[in-house]
Amino acid sequence: MLLIKNFLLLHSIFKRLKIYFMLNQYETVFIATPVLSESQMKEAVAKFKKVITDGNGEIVHEEDWGLKKLAYPIQKKSTGFYHLIEFRAEPALIARLETEYRRDERIIRFLTMKMEKYAIAYSEKKRARKSAAQKQEGE
Amino acid sequence: MAQDSSEIRYLTPPTVEIKKKKYCRFRKNRIKYIDYKDPEFLKKFLNEQGKILPRRLTGTSLKYQRKVAVAVKRARHLALLPYVTDMMK
Repeated sequence: MLLIKNFLLLHSIFKRLKIYFMLNQYETVFIATPVLSESQMKEAVAKFKKVITDGNGEIVHEEDWGLKKLAYPIQKKSTGFYHLIEFRAEPALIARLETEYRRDERIIRFLTMKMEKYAIAYSEKKRARKSAAQKQEGE
Repeated sequence: MAQDSSEIRYLTPPTVEIKKKKYCRFRKNRIKYIDYKDPEFLKKFLNEQGKILPRRLTGTSLKYQRKVAVAVKRARHLALLPYVTDMMK
């Protein structure tokens, strides 16, 4: 009896591990229209974060670039709010996230890409450098 | 007469070109990933019109030229770099 229980436990752990390693890390950047107010922008960000977390995604990192000038006009707008989210999820989530982007008229542009190992290493290094710099500033 | 032909005179001193060997900056500096979110860096691989410079001018190796091209195209999509311009630099 105990043996079977142990076996089942191990099996479930193994399964979970397998799922964990199947997950890919993605990076998504979207541009929201500049007509939004600060709170509306926050709401939009929260919405997409919820889409990710609801789809069993795990948010690794987040960056708000704020209002930036576009290199060329998109939908007759010359500026936009940029937001970046790094997350770990299964591939099926991406299609759902992108349809959400397309349905939302606040989003004027988006890009999602799978991060290969060098990309992950690069972003981790960048974050470490940033936090180190902040630490130094604090001292 | 014989002396004249051996003595070649130049109006302008001949410039001996020392060819600097081009190298791939990614291989040299061991950069593995090219970030599309850094338009200032990517501008090094564009001409004034915003076109991607060929490998024969920049010296980038094929492997990294492909990555540069992808990064530039991603940056263009996100309006970090223009598709067409004049006098970018």
